[in-house]
Amino acid sequence: MTTAPDRPIAPPEPAPRDRNTGPRDLRGKAAAGDGRSGIRFDSVTVAYGRHGEHTVLDRLDLTVEPGEVMALLGPSGSGKTTALRAVAGFVRPVSGRVLIGGRDVTGLPPYRRGIGMVVQQYALFPHMKVAENVAFGLKAQKTPRAEIAGRVTEALEMTGMAGYAARYPRELSGGQQQRVAIARALAIRPGVLLLDEPLSALDAQLRSGMMAELARLHRELPDVSILYVTHDQVEALTLADRIAVMDRARLRDCGTPQQLYRRPRTEFTASFVGTANLLPVTVPADGADGGGRVRFGGRTLRVPAGGAAAGAGATLCVRPHLVGLGESPAADGNTLRGTITEVQWRGATHRLYVAVDGHRFMADLRELRETPALGDTVALHFAPEDAVLIPAGLTEDGARDA
Amino acid sequence: MPRTDTAVRADRVDAAGVADTAARTVPDPDPGPPAPTKRRPAGRSKAGWVLPPVAALGLVFLYPLALVVWQSFTPEDGGHSTAPYAAVLAEASFRDALANTVLIAVGATAGALALGLVLALVIAFVPFPGGRALSRFIDIFLAFPSFLITLALLFLYGTAGMANGLWTDVTGAASGPLDFLRTPWGVLLAEITYFTPFVMRPLLAAFSQVETGQLEAAAALGARPWRIIRKVILPEALPSLAAGGALVLVLCLNEFGIVLFTGAKNVVTLPMLVYTKAILDGDYTGACVVAVVNIALSVALYALYRTVVARTAPRSGSRTGGVRRRAGA
Repeated sequence: MTTAPDRPIAPPEPAPRDRNTGPRDLRGKAAAGDGRSGIRFDSVTVAYGRHGEHTVLDRLDLTVEPGEVMALLGPSGSGKTTALRAVAGFVRPVSGRVLIGGRDVTGLPPYRRGIGMVVQQYALFPHMKVAENVAFGLKAQKTPRAEIAGRVTEALEMTGMAGYAARYPRELSGGQQQRVAIARALAIRPGVLLLDEPLSALDAQLRSGMMAELARLHRELPDVSILYVTHDQVEALTLADRIAVMDRARLRDCGTPQQLYRRPRTEFTASFVGTANLLPVTVPADGADGGGRVRFGGRTLRVPAGGAAAGAGATLCVRPHLVGLGESPAADGNTLRGTITEVQWRGATHRLYVAVDGHRFMADLRELRETPALGDTVALHFAPEDAVLIPAGLTEDGARDA
Repeated sequence: MPRTDTAVRADRVDAAGVADTAARTVPDPDPGPPAPTKRRPAGRSKAGWVLPPVAALGLVFLYPLALVVWQSFTPEDGGHSTAPYAAVLAEASFRDALANTVLIAVGATAGALALGLVLALVIAFVPFPGGRALSRFIDIFLAFPSFLITLALLFLYGTAGMANGLWTDVTGAASGPLDFLRTPWGVLLAEITYFTPFVMRPLLAAFSQVETGQLEAAAALGARPWRIIRKVILPEALPSLAAGGALVLVLCLNEFGIVLFTGAKNVVTLPMLVYTKAILDGDYTGACVVAVVNIALSVALYALYRTVVARTAPRSGSRTGGVRRRAGA
């Protein structure tokens, strides 16, 4: 799109053109102070109902560093949108504090928080042209009249919509409307950008294109903290620096996408971030955990050492794409046998559903030349280092005190 | 319950549609069935569909109307001429009535628009207990007869009303301070009271269509409530505001019951003049002239409204998708 070489990225050191506070300086007044504003949830609880009996967000503690993209990932009703709306100021926590850039904004109305927000349904003003939509926030913040046109153009160029300034929203496609909504949010140069399922209304192809757009925008605006609410793990894994996994009003896990995917700490994280085989296992009571062995059904599986207490139950997480067909070639590998209950051909891969001692086990195999038949007995193997042992007790509630 | 609101608004549109037909006094040219089959000759079946309603319409509506118009061109001393018009238009009482009618109608419309706008904004956007019940009550209010409001105001502010009664009880004075109901201000107050819900109903329907997302986006962008009302809500509700205003204006021009019940003898409007001439003076021709002028005034204002709406409507045609507000929530 627009890759102007002098793209004014708010520089870490005072830039020579600082005196020119004209339209090319992306650091806005909204991002008051040093222009770097993270978000901090300080034990934020939100509840509805006459006596606050419906807790939709339960003591959330979370810090979004300045310039970080934090994805709030969770199923619907997990409290992730509530958390975002608490930052925006549309819900008032019953307890706890919300800080933006170190400033307590818990009691401030939305219009005094200086945030950019983009929602799933674009929410453009239908009676205003694209340029007027983008100028809305600038006018509301009493930006000097002479600056407005330049900053509108700048925001539209950033999202590749400069050619559509004179159109009405209804004359644009969904993807274009969402670009305008993003331009409108960025025009006020917010220190914090809140994205609430911004790609959910778009079809799959547009969505992956827009994901790349958002990633590029963030590279161009490295000081803007982004809180990205989504139920789509691909969006979260692709865009986020860190992911906060939420379920039933609580924060369950938080970490980099790699951490959450490779070393999930809870069953919920394992199954919600990527797909996972979750096998109930027991750690032998003889204290031989140091050797990294667990019992699954009648057999012993080798796993990475450490983690679970001896004699306790635990869950073994194995990613389907790390499972191979046939006996384990390595001496210390794990082999499972079972009957095929279902086969899905997915083009590049076959997914086999195999019943192992009554447990469903999934394997994503590179496309097989001959599709296995249902009812066949197959052997599947996985390496010990590809398995993750999730201790019991962390599944329900443990993420916060782990 | 957005469905109810849409239904109510549809009713309103229907009412406007009926008024439209009436104003043009031309029957709908094609109420017949879709394209006839080849076997049957088109003419006869189509005529069968069209003629009875047209005849009925002509008999119950056009014929009496035509009689009135015809009568207005028929002086007492026989023959047909425009002399009755010249005579009536020359009367000072007629010119006063015309001025009264227009002034009161315009004033009442302006008042109802202002009051209705504020009340509808509060009901639609400020959540408070009972807001939904109030919204329902407005629907019922629309069904009240207009003179009922006037009676209620008489009980309150009339010369023998509660307010004055309280005053005389407390001070021992012979009469109370409130004596405005018989003045044009009393008529104005009664009409504003009665017609404000007619403005609120379409406005509430329009407000329920405003996306919560847009209001929140505006707030996040730094807009205070007043700016959101001016720049986001009002532009989207403008057609409904115009529709409500036009409806009230036409209704006010033709309002009879309220003026009669306030007992304001000095406030003569065109409908009152028709009544006075036809029933009290026995000047049937004069009454018809005033009636024709009144009809022409209504039709002209209605045409003006259609023009204005046609000009504002395309601007607020379609919307971006999204969750609609719930009415009165």
